[in-house]
Amino acid sequence: MQTMAKDSRWSRLRPAAGPWERWLLIAWMVAVALLFARNLAAQEVQAVVGTAVAGARAGADYADGAGEGSPAARALSAEERGLEIAVEADRRDSGFSDFTAELDMILRNRHGQQSTRRMRTRTLEVEADGDKSLVIFDHPRDVEGTAFLTFSHPTGNDDQWLYLPALKRVKRISTSNKSGPFMGSEFSYEDISSQEVEEYTYRYLRDEVLDGTEAFVVEQVPVDRNSGYSRQIVWRDREHYRQLKVEFYDRKGELLKTLTWHGYQQYLGQYWRADEMRMVNHQTGKSTVLDWRDYEFGTGLTARDFDRNSLKRVR
Amino acid sequence: MRPARVRRVRKAASALPAAASALPASSSARITLLLLIALAAAVTPADLVAQVRSDASVQIELEGRLMPGDPVGPKQNRNSASVAVRPELELDWAGGDQLFTFEGFLRLDAADSRRTHMDLRVLSWELIRPSWELRLGLRRVFWGVTESQHLVDIINQTDLVENPDGEDKLGQPMLNLALIRSWGTVDVFLMPFFRERTFPGADGRLRLQPPVVTGRAEFENGAGSGHLDWAVRWFHTVGIWDIGVSHFHGTGREPTFRPELGPEGPTALIPVYAVLDQTSLDVQATMSAWLWKLEAATRSGPAGRHAAFTGGFEYTLGTAFGTPADLGLLAEYSWDSRGRDATSLFQNDVFLGTRLALNDVQSTQLLAGGIVDLDTGSLRLELEASRRLADDWSMELEVRLFGGASPDEPLWAFRRDDYLQLSLVRYF
Repeated sequence: MQTMAKDSRWSRLRPAAGPWERWLLIAWMVAVALLFARNLAAQEVQAVVGTAVAGARAGADYADGAGEGSPAARALSAEERGLEIAVEADRRDSGFSDFTAELDMILRNRHGQQSTRRMRTRTLEVEADGDKSLVIFDHPRDVEGTAFLTFSHPTGNDDQWLYLPALKRVKRISTSNKSGPFMGSEFSYEDISSQEVEEYTYRYLRDEVLDGTEAFVVEQVPVDRNSGYSRQIVWRDREHYRQLKVEFYDRKGELLKTLTWHGYQQYLGQYWRADEMRMVNHQTGKSTVLDWRDYEFGTGLTARDFDRNSLKRVR
Repeated sequence: MRPARVRRVRKAASALPAAASALPASSSARITLLLLIALAAAVTPADLVAQVRSDASVQIELEGRLMPGDPVGPKQNRNSASVAVRPELELDWAGGDQLFTFEGFLRLDAADSRRTHMDLRVLSWELIRPSWELRLGLRRVFWGVTESQHLVDIINQTDLVENPDGEDKLGQPMLNLALIRSWGTVDVFLMPFFRERTFPGADGRLRLQPPVVTGRAEFENGAGSGHLDWAVRWFHTVGIWDIGVSHFHGTGREPTFRPELGPEGPTALIPVYAVLDQTSLDVQATMSAWLWKLEAATRSGPAGRHAAFTGGFEYTLGTAFGTPADLGLLAEYSWDSRGRDATSLFQNDVFLGTRLALNDVQSTQLLAGGIVDLDTGSLRLELEASRRLADDWSMELEVRLFGGASPDEPLWAFRRDDYLQLSLVRYF
């Protein structure tokens, strides 16, 4: 305590005024508690309003399109027909066993500034459950070697682990925040995760010609209340049941984003994958393009390539 | 096993000696490397060597530390500047079933001569088989789930001079066999060489008073480099649960200190290491936005048996405040049966923290938190933030404040070592 006299003004602050850090900590705790309370309340209101609005709008859409339905479609209810299309699309894309691919994710803001992420993906089909997938980052350099391992499930939350190469640490992370952006892009986690039939309720709206292609138009409503969307309108081509376009509506019922697929190619004579996916956010003017390449199907991946041991050596 | 990427294809024959020449002159490292090359060569048929894929990179970091407080000791420096270099090389062959990994580390520090140091973080060979994996060499292994303290993480020695948070670790020479079964993974470790903890030197800050002298460590009950340490760990995921149970027998990584007395009182602290047994459990339950975490350990050594635990939660609020940001709230409590005689600072402490991820193009992240000692009322506040500046540039900010410590606490030595650290990282 005798050394006090030599102290700078900075360190004299504490013994004189008591531990000011404690007040900083308390102030910050109170601020955090208030922010959480405010945010939770806001979310509840949004969810309730969003569902009501979405329901009303969906009803209107159906009324518009009902007259154009084909005779086969009319025999089923709109819900049954919507589900039937989803199930058929899923059936046609089943049995691939596994595939790998590389992609560039190009982010653009409204001023046209561009930023690119490069990653690799591996996907394993799992019988009677959701797919297992691994996404490995190669670029930008500060996230090189970072990897996400996801076990998706038809119902309930997915399981996800994050590998942080600098700490050699595998972290199990929460997947309830589906609407959060993936790597700062316009794709949210739910947009890039494996799509399972059980994740939505469906309603067939109409048939429509989209850019010269005959398409079904189906409305799907996410089952999970943590989804960032009140509903999605999906265009699938009648011939191959491939997704051509999806409109995403936010929780307030407003059009948020549009996703389109371009350059479809067929693999193993059955599975269709697009070379490019474009997501445009109508509310922010930002967009993200996924450029896919080097698709390989049936590469012989097994569950061992999707465990916590393999996650640590993905570079 | 067919990883999708082929970056640069090189002959293994030219790449391996290149890695060897980058080694420091440490004998244990040399022995390990020779063993490693010999084993890799023995196991690998020549035709498989033909297709070696390699990935090399270097990271250079410029760091500045600003310390507004006057140092406690006369020799201790004020602000500091330093440079760190982290070269990495990874080779894999046999369709990715065999891997060689090298991660070096070198820091040059202007203020603390002890902080000018180098290490082999990783120098390892791995063999991957469907139901087992063999890993040999210097490696880093992380165990645990909590954030404020890593109680069960015992394989690697802490590189404390690198950062006072103890997150930096020295490479540990080991033989590690992993058995992968439907009921979980069993890891067996044999660790023939012990590595001493690093400490700031006499001219450095963030150190105990008087300074810890390294290189003259004392060992009790057969501890030290001659002792063959071993560990076994089982870990498994069942639904929402991620569970790990581990046992370690060997030289404890955390020393006690024996003061060396001069004519005017203690002049140095000599680290004393002892053989101990640690049995531990780490569990995380992932329930929607809540992560519940627990780490518990019991140790028995020359000083008897004691127990400790850290437990708490992390709650994440997505798309907070109508922005794409994630906000996380963390709270953890730590307890140690030794009370204030504990060698760790976490004997009866509460940690509260906030994690903010802006989810922007620059991946801006921030973790701010405080640890309150409920016995003494002393406080540690910390802030860690990072942001990408360009494709191969990023920056990190670190602030630590130490407050309210009384003279009978270890933290008293840090009372004027509040600091702000800014680092700039370039990736090549």
